Amino acid sequence: MEYDAVVIGAGPSGSFCAKTMAEGGLRVLLVEKKQEIGAPVRCAEGVGKEDFLELVDVDRRWISVEIEGAVIYAPDGTKITMSREHSGNEVGYVLERKIFDRHLAEEAAKAGAEIMVKTRAIGLLKEGNKIKGVKLSRMGEIFEVESNLVIGADGVESLVGRWAGINTALKPNDVESCAQYLVKGIDVKPYCEFYLGSRFAPGGYAWVFPKGRDMANVGLGVLGKYSGEKKPIEYLNEFLEFRCPEAKVVELIVGAVPVAMPVEPMVADGLMLVGDAAHLADPITGGGILNGMDSGRIAGKVAIEAKRRDDFSAGFLKRYEKEFMEKHGKIFKRNYFIKEKLMGMSDEEISEIFRALKDVNIEDLSVFGLIKEMFRKNPKILFELRKYFL
Amino acid sequence: MVSVNRERCGYCGACVGICPSTALELVELHLKIYDEKCVNCGLCIRICPMGALEV
Repeated sequence: MEYDAVVIGAGPSGSFCAKTMAEGGLRVLLVEKKQEIGAPVRCAEGVGKEDFLELVDVDRRWISVEIEGAVIYAPDGTKITMSREHSGNEVGYVLERKIFDRHLAEEAAKAGAEIMVKTRAIGLLKEGNKIKGVKLSRMGEIFEVESNLVIGADGVESLVGRWAGINTALKPNDVESCAQYLVKGIDVKPYCEFYLGSRFAPGGYAWVFPKGRDMANVGLGVLGKYSGEKKPIEYLNEFLEFRCPEAKVVELIVGAVPVAMPVEPMVADGLMLVGDAAHLADPITGGGILNGMDSGRIAGKVAIEAKRRDDFSAGFLKRYEKEFMEKHGKIFKRNYFIKEKLMGMSDEEISEIFRALKDVNIEDLSVFGLIKEMFRKNPKILFELRKYFL
Repeated sequence: MVSVNRERCGYCGACVGICPSTALELVELHLKIYDEKCVNCGLCIRICPMGALEV
């Protein structure tokens, strides 16, 4: 079997990359190790509306809820509400990833990509340093697929990059250990709720993302550095007792989210890493769908050009990394910096800032709008932050 | 050597992502442990959201 590109992992980043390349005329194979695309979910499923609409045409079948705003709770319970109620626009969506992920894989198939499920990559085929394809394993059968290009879209547990000599091992300071319940019987508005502080989620936050009617994703992430004897699942049980003791759990999922700078390098000879495999989730929110899909799109475009020129060297593929970082690098640097600063703040310091901001109406409904307000009274940090906006 | 309690494991891959020596691999709903690669750093035990790993 011979392809122009093999994509390892059929999450949003991988499927979107496969679709982009297939539409550009490449012979693409999309490989998924699970027997089912889209499950288990491993995601709180929230996306910002504006950026999402740049990537896909929205289909009601995979939208759980349209979000009108966010409510953020400080450790002492002081809350700040951010909404665009005046403009009347929804600000985001909570997706139904089981359907969304499947939809993106179908789109890749429609564009001409081949798909293999229950098939796992177990190594790269190399000729010297040059990648010639991948070794796959399906139900005990081991076989080889030739390809000039391999896309590692294999998520937080990525091994593809490591096979090519890229160290993608996450450090405890750069990963959130997460647990989430899907619950029924919770009182929610179309707002995403965030709870800060060490009581619920040390070095992370707890969340409630509505899923329609009286359902919601209720979860939290604990920074790896602070994850120890007490496990995220135990924190989650306590948070559930606090937020919605009456609610009934209908699903449990766990996962890890990179809150890191993008992997460096993101490419090797004949190889590109996209999505969580390249640590492209946002370092503050942990949101990874939009960055991941955009990385898949850019990598796909570069792959088409690489095929046209018959140049799959790291030097050429570096264009993907360059274009991604030109578009997103500044925000990564800024948000990573902010993440580090927030980690250094005590519960009382955060609460104090929230108390001072309580009556401020934050029109700019971005995480950043709030951050700017939070650091307004800390000239030193604000001064450092300025360089990320110029 | 690290061992996994399969009844507790949520097969999320957190341990695989943090393992510095590629001693772990998530195969669908099954965590594979390559003992010969394990350096006993304990990071996987710490990061596991379920407390499914132990020495």
